[in-house]
Amino acid sequence: MVSGLTIGERQGAIVILVLLAVIGTIMAAAAGRTGDPMSVHGFIVLLFSLAVLAVVFWGYYTPAPDEGRLKSYYDDPSKAGIIIAMIWAVIGMFVGDWVAWLLAYPDLTFDAAWSSFGRLRPVHTTGVIFGFGGNALIATSFHVMQRTSRARMPDQLSPWFVLVGYNLFCILAVSGYLLGITQSREYAEPEWYADIWLVIVWVTYLVLYLRTLARRKEPHIYVANWYYLAFILVVAMLHIVNNLAVPVSYAGAKSYSLFSGVQDAMTEWWYGHNAVAFFLTAGFLAMLYYYLPKRAERPIYSYRMSIVGFWGITFFYMWAGSHHLHYTALPQWVQTLGMSFSAMLLIPSWIAAANALLTLNGAWHKVRDDATLRFMMMAAVFYGLTTFEGSFMAIRPVNSLSHYTDWTIGHVHAGALGWVALITFGSIYALVPWLWKRERMYSLKLVEAHFWLALAGTLVYVFAMWNSGVIQGLMWRTYNESGTLAYSFVDSMIAMHPYYITRAIGGLLFLAGALIGCYNIWMTIRRPAPVAESARWDAPLPAALQPAE
Amino acid sequence: MSVNERDPHTGHMLTGHEWNGIKELNTPVPKPVWIFLIAAFLFSVACWILLPAWPLGSTYTKGLLGTDQRDVVTEQVHNAAMARSVWTGKIAAMDYAAIRRDQALMTMVRQDGHRLFGDNCAACHGINAMGGKGYPNLIDRDWLWGGDAETVAQTIRAGINSSDENTRVSQMPSFGRDGMLDGKAIFAVSQYVLSLSNPGAVKGTPAETLRTGAKVFADNCAACHGPKGLGDHAMGAPNLTDNIWLYGGDAQTIYTTIYDGRHGEMPAWSPRLSATDIKILTLYVLDRGGPPQ
Ligand code: HEC
Ligand code: HEC
Repeated sequence: MVSGLTIGERQGAIVILVLLAVIGTIMAAAAGRTGDPMSVHGFIVLLFSLAVLAVVFWGYYTPAPDEGRLKSYYDDPSKAGIIIAMIWAVIGMFVGDWVAWLLAYPDLTFDAAWSSFGRLRPVHTTGVIFGFGGNALIATSFHVMQRTSRARMPDQLSPWFVLVGYNLFCILAVSGYLLGITQSREYAEPEWYADIWLVIVWVTYLVLYLRTLARRKEPHIYVANWYYLAFILVVAMLHIVNNLAVPVSYAGAKSYSLFSGVQDAMTEWWYGHNAVAFFLTAGFLAMLYYYLPKRAERPIYSYRMSIVGFWGITFFYMWAGSHHLHYTALPQWVQTLGMSFSAMLLIPSWIAAANALLTLNGAWHKVRDDATLRFMMMAAVFYGLTTFEGSFMAIRPVNSLSHYTDWTIGHVHAGALGWVALITFGSIYALVPWLWKRERMYSLKLVEAHFWLALAGTLVYVFAMWNSGVIQGLMWRTYNESGTLAYSFVDSMIAMHPYYITRAIGGLLFLAGALIGCYNIWMTIRRPAPVAESARWDAPLPAALQPAE
Repeated sequence: MSVNERDPHTGHMLTGHEWNGIKELNTPVPKPVWIFLIAAFLFSVACWILLPAWPLGSTYTKGLLGTDQRDVVTEQVHNAAMARSVWTGKIAAMDYAAIRRDQALMTMVRQDGHRLFGDNCAACHGINAMGGKGYPNLIDRDWLWGGDAETVAQTIRAGINSSDENTRVSQMPSFGRDGMLDGKAIFAVSQYVLSLSNPGAVKGTPAETLRTGAKVFADNCAACHGPKGLGDHAMGAPNLTDNIWLYGGDAQTIYTTIYDGRHGEMPAWSPRLSATDIKILTLYVLDRGGPPQ
């Protein structure tokens, strides 16, 4: 890994890591005096930077890469990113299934604070969204931006800074929840110092992306890049605004948001829904737009639909967040706007899904035979289903039934499992042989098995939650002849029990699929069966080399 | 590659772009897409015209329907209360005995009480009102504080050892921890207490110990639990002879109760619940215990 860095970059890495180690020491010392849990994070930052420093020193005296490297794409960070993403997938899904069982059997907490539902749940959400999803997005974006620009990344250090720095953020986030460090903002739980760190990492990511695009040897910018860029740019904006907060002390973890009351709720859900839009949709649409046509070896069905879809999705999503706050203290006019824009959002979403499915015209026999392509096809189908459901649930009268029920959980997981995870697995199965220059995955049968486990897990999960959600919603609004509610909350909890067990089983199937995927990827990497240079999947870089920087 | 290339499979033209082997067709956006987009937009326009929608400085467009979610809720809550008042009015006006004789009214009490109890009381007393360790069974007709309707209502209203100024106050002293009795005396009296409800369990205990226990009881416990251990509603002290246990009737638990003491707490429900709701709950609890005696 280090052998790919120039000597100057190795020195740069050491400087950055030493600085980080110093910051970690200061955090540990300052917070340690008051016994604030931030001191644990100080130690984590210190250990993390020392560990990476050790790796850099280990490879420091390997020969510097020659100019020949500039003739090829730089893929080491993508390789690392894929492996890290799969590790996070297993952690995140394992904790997810754990909290699913916890909901069915609430006593399983060992009487310890860290194992309570409130602390484990964000470990699950952060683990799968930011750990698994985020690393997969970073790894694939590095791969796609170079290929579709026909340009190598401008340097070797900044992609590593982005990947490694991002994972430090994830570790701080997840360990913080277990320690009880949280802003209590859904999907934005990490405290102020972790947030500042993510801003630094993310701006580097944006600059890296723009620099690569600026070096492109293609006249046009491909759709996948529009989506990746929208993802990076808007997530930066969302993250900064929603996390504006004042720390109680620089030597402590606790901070208070700049917003309060209904403005706070609106900011949070403007962030929350656009995280769904730009993290969990735009980024993964970018994957879909590259790996699906590449794997199917078919042209994109319609360039024009790509354009209409992209601008429709990016424009309409921005307005939709208030549909999370129907029938609350939020003024009704904001709710009406959120509802109407959510309804319009359905059309560009379906344009994107249809564009993907129609691209498979002439390749349906491959969908039948190739589980990797089938992952991607099924992802597009779930994307279409979930966006339809989302727009439907945003209609106020529908929302009055669905809100606060498990229906929402079902909806989210139709998107998260059916769309986000399936497109990621499909892309990874396509990408791993390309990156490691293998003829194909170690076992196609295992890819097939993973596909069916993932699909079954998703369906079991989603149907369980649909049932339980609608039952809950109906129980909460059933009146009897005395003019009062017929069921107490506990009654509805008891009615949920079988569905919670079913859901946990669905999650287990999905997790089993991910484990099989890890094994398959591992074996593909371990068993070298390199393909001939001529059979590579990349068009060559242009002969005129970019000057070394 | 020529811009005029045609994809043989779909028959559509290609755009001429290519990225690492990915090409694009120049397929026009299908008509239905535009139709749906316009339909969705018209739906939105209709929403904006009919409902509160767009901000205008410090105010907003009110919408032709003139609805407002606050007014709607206020009205719905008011209407529901009016509809309920047909029978809640009777509950408020009539006395307990009369209500319990009125089967139609009791049907309402059972329906409403089920929900009120489930949402407010079940967390401690259990969904079946049968209690658990430390939380009394409310349907066994064995009362700490007394089972006539007004007494039960007062317990619910003011709570037990609660923060309410009218709270019922009770305390089982910690005889061991506070050094009032030594271990031997506590053992003796715990064996005696056990013998009151379960003579079989103390067969192996020397008669001497039981006699000491009886004496300790008379000196220390009778003031609250009564000379025969039958309990006292005024003190909230349980009957110790009836094999109904709040904390447990095995030798070890009884010993712990006497050694450490007990201090059950129940929150006050007035003013959190309305007077009528408390009356409904009282009726509900009594009704679950069986027909009036
Ligand atoms: C936080 C737990 C808790 C909740 C909630 C609670 N209770 Fe209680 N309740 C208790 C405890 C503990 C006692 C026994 C206190 C004692 O030791 O005297 C008790 C006692 C009672 C008694 C007296 C029993 C007797 O034998 O005299 C009644 C009646 C009662 N509760 C009714 C209710 C009703 C009705 C509700 C719902 C509105 C309710 N409780 C909610 C904890 C609770
Ligand atoms: C100041 C009054 C008072 C005195 C004195 C007193 N008790 Fe109690 N005792 C209570 C009260 C009140 C309770 C119920 C506590 C609660 O509900 O939390 C109780 C509960 C108990 C229980 C638990 C009953 C169950 O159902 O689990 C036992 C056993 C008991 N007392 C035994 C004794 C013995 C033995 C003595 C004498 C050594 C004694 N008590 C003295 C007031 C008293």
